[in-house]
Amino acid sequence: MEQPVLKVSGLETHFFTDDGEIPAVDSVDFYVNKGEVLGIVGESGSGKSVTSLSIMQLIQAPGKVVGGEITYKGENLISKSEKEMRKIRGNEIGMIFQEPMTSLNPVFRIGNQLIEGIRIHKKWNKKKAWEHAVSILKLVGLPRAEELMNEYPHQLSGGMRQRVMIAMAMACEPEVLIADEPTTALDVTIQAQILELMKKLNKETNTSIIMITHDLGVVAEICDRIAVMYSGKIVEQGKTQDIFQHPKHPYTIGLIESVPDVRVRKDRLYSIPGNVPKPGSIQKGCHFAPRCNFAFDKCYEENPTLLDAGPAQQARCWLHEDAKKAAVLERVKS
Amino acid sequence: MQEALLEVKQLKKHFPIQGGVLKQQVGTVKAVDGVTFTLHKGETFGLVGESGCGKSTTGRMLMRLLEPSEGEVLFDGKEMTTLNKKDLRHLRKDIQMVFQDPFASLNPRHTVEKIIEEPLIVHQLGNKAERKKRVRELLEIVGLSAYHAKRYPHQFSGGQRQRIGIARALAVNPKLIIADEPVSALDVSIQAQVLNLLEDLQKELGLTYLFIAHDLGVVRHISDRVGVMYLGRIVEMADSEKLYLDSKHPYTQALLSAVPVPDPEYGKDRIILTGDVPSPSNPPSGCPFHTRCPKAMDVCSSVVPEFREIEPGHHTACHLYEEDLV
Repeated sequence: MEQPVLKVSGLETHFFTDDGEIPAVDSVDFYVNKGEVLGIVGESGSGKSVTSLSIMQLIQAPGKVVGGEITYKGENLISKSEKEMRKIRGNEIGMIFQEPMTSLNPVFRIGNQLIEGIRIHKKWNKKKAWEHAVSILKLVGLPRAEELMNEYPHQLSGGMRQRVMIAMAMACEPEVLIADEPTTALDVTIQAQILELMKKLNKETNTSIIMITHDLGVVAEICDRIAVMYSGKIVEQGKTQDIFQHPKHPYTIGLIESVPDVRVRKDRLYSIPGNVPKPGSIQKGCHFAPRCNFAFDKCYEENPTLLDAGPAQQARCWLHEDAKKAAVLERVKS
Repeated sequence: MQEALLEVKQLKKHFPIQGGVLKQQVGTVKAVDGVTFTLHKGETFGLVGESGCGKSTTGRMLMRLLEPSEGEVLFDGKEMTTLNKKDLRHLRKDIQMVFQDPFASLNPRHTVEKIIEEPLIVHQLGNKAERKKRVRELLEIVGLSAYHAKRYPHQFSGGQRQRIGIARALAVNPKLIIADEPVSALDVSIQAQVLNLLEDLQKELGLTYLFIAHDLGVVRHISDRVGVMYLGRIVEMADSEKLYLDSKHPYTQALLSAVPVPDPEYGKDRIILTGDVPSPSNPPSGCPFHTRCPKAMDVCSSVVPEFREIEPGHHTACHLYEEDLV
C-alpha cells in the first residue's frame, strides 16, 4: 500500500461572521500519494479554495480551522506554530494562485522575487540562488531566462507570469504543489501550454499536485483522482475515469451533463435547477437535496455519509445504501 | 435566401496611442481591423477569440457605444454609422445588449423594477401602469417571479442577476441582442440554465443574437454560425457544425485542440501553440498569425491573406487554401 504524502482528515474550517458560524469546509477527508495528481472540483462557494488555504495554514480571521488533522510526513500541520509553518510553506508544500497579475509583487524584479524563497529555505548565497532560479525558469519553458530575471512583472504576459509563479512554487523542490485555479485567468491556447508544463513537471520531478479548479475539462486532462465538493463537503471521490464514466452522485452527473462540449452539440443542455446554497443555510439533511431529482424523504432528514459506490469510488448519497436504488442513476445516464 | 438583419462591412477601430509631453500620436492599436459579416434574421452568430482579439470592441461598435474608425454597419438596410443622436436612440430600441458582469451592470441602488423599467421610460413606451405590468411580465419570461420586482440586485445570485440583465434587454422588444460573454461569470450549473433560457427566448420571440464569448463549447452549443477572431480580424467563418468538424484555418484548429475535454478517455493530438498573442499595437506583417502558425510558409510573413469563400458558406483568410481557387 502506498503511503500518502499528505492526508487531510475531518478538516473543519469555519468562518465566524456577524450572521453566525459558517462551516465553509465541513469534515473533509482526502489524501494525495507521491507523484499523484488529485483534482478538487467544485463551483464557487463549495469550499475548495478554503480547503487549500487551510492546508497551508493561511486562513485569516474571521475564518479558523476548528477541527481535523492535516498529516504531512507523519506530522500534524494544524498543531505547528507559525515559525514552523514558514519552513514548510514554499519549501515542502508549494502553492500557485489563480491571479498571476496580483500574486507577483509589481515593484520587485522577477529575479529578486524568485531567489527570496530559495535563499530563505536553502540558505544558499545570492549567486548560487540566482543560478538555481535561472535553471528553474528554463525548466518551466521560459525563453531568455537570464534577461527575465532582471525584468518586472508588468513586462510579462499573463501566461509568462503564470510560468514564473510555477517556477517560484517549484524553486525549492516541494513534495506537494497546490495549484488553485492556475489556468482560470488564461486563454485556452495558453492554458494548454500551462497544463502541458504541469504534467511534465509532475512526471519529471515526481511532485504530487493538488489541482483545485471548477473546470471539468482541466480535471479530465491532468488528474489521476478527483474529489468533487459541494457546499463544504466532498460529495464524491474516485479515479478520474470512473467519475467521468460512471458518476455516482446526482450532483456530479448534473455537473458533467451541463458542460457544453466542443466535440458534439447537445440539443439541450441539462441544467441543475436552483442555485448553490449559501454555506450554513441548510441545517438538516443532504445539502443537495433541494436541487436533486432523486431526493426522497430520508434525504431531507439526514445528511448522508460517504458511501461506497464502486470499487474505488465513494458518493455522499443515500441512493447508494441500496443497490436497487442506485440503479436509477445508471438509467438516467444512458 | 435568408434575410439579412445586420450587415457589417470592413469595420475598423483604431485607438491612437499618445505619448511624449505634447501628447502626440505615437502609434495605433488596431483593435478591430476590417471585420465583415452578416447576421440573418433569427439566427445566432457566435464571435469567438482569445482576450484582446477585438470581439468585444466589435460588439460595442455595433451599438455605437464606440465610434467605428472606418467601415459600414447596415441594420435593416439602414446605415448606422452616420446617424445622429436622435435617430440612433430610435435604432437602439431594436438592438439591445446583455453584458458580461452581472454584478457591475446593474445599478445597486435601483430596485429590479426600476432597472427593467428604465429602457421603457427612455423610449417612452406605455404609461406607468402599463410599464409596471410589463416589468412583471418580463420577470416571468426570464424565469423570475413578479414579487422580485421590489428587490435590489444584491439580493440575487449571479445567475438571477444575469436573468435581470436579459429582462432589461428584452423590455423594448428588440430585434437583435448583442450578448457579450453573458455566461462567463457564471458557474457551470447556472451557465446551462442561462443558455437554455436564451434559446427558449429566441424560439418564442424570434430574436437574433450576436453571441460574443471565449468559451468554444458554449459558442458551439448556441450558435448557428461562428466567426473566429484573431488580432482584430475574422480568420474563419462558417456554419457552426462545419467549423467545429472541419476547420480550415490553423488558428481555429489550434484553438479547438487546446480546449480541455471533460473526458479522460478522449485521446487527441494536441496542437500546442508557442508564444503569446502579439500586441495589436505592433501586429506582425503579412498574416497576423504567421508568428505562431505551425504551417507558416514564406509568403505568410509578407502578404496578408484575403478573407474569401473557399467552400459554400465557409470563409477563411489563409494562404494554405489559395491554390484551391486556381
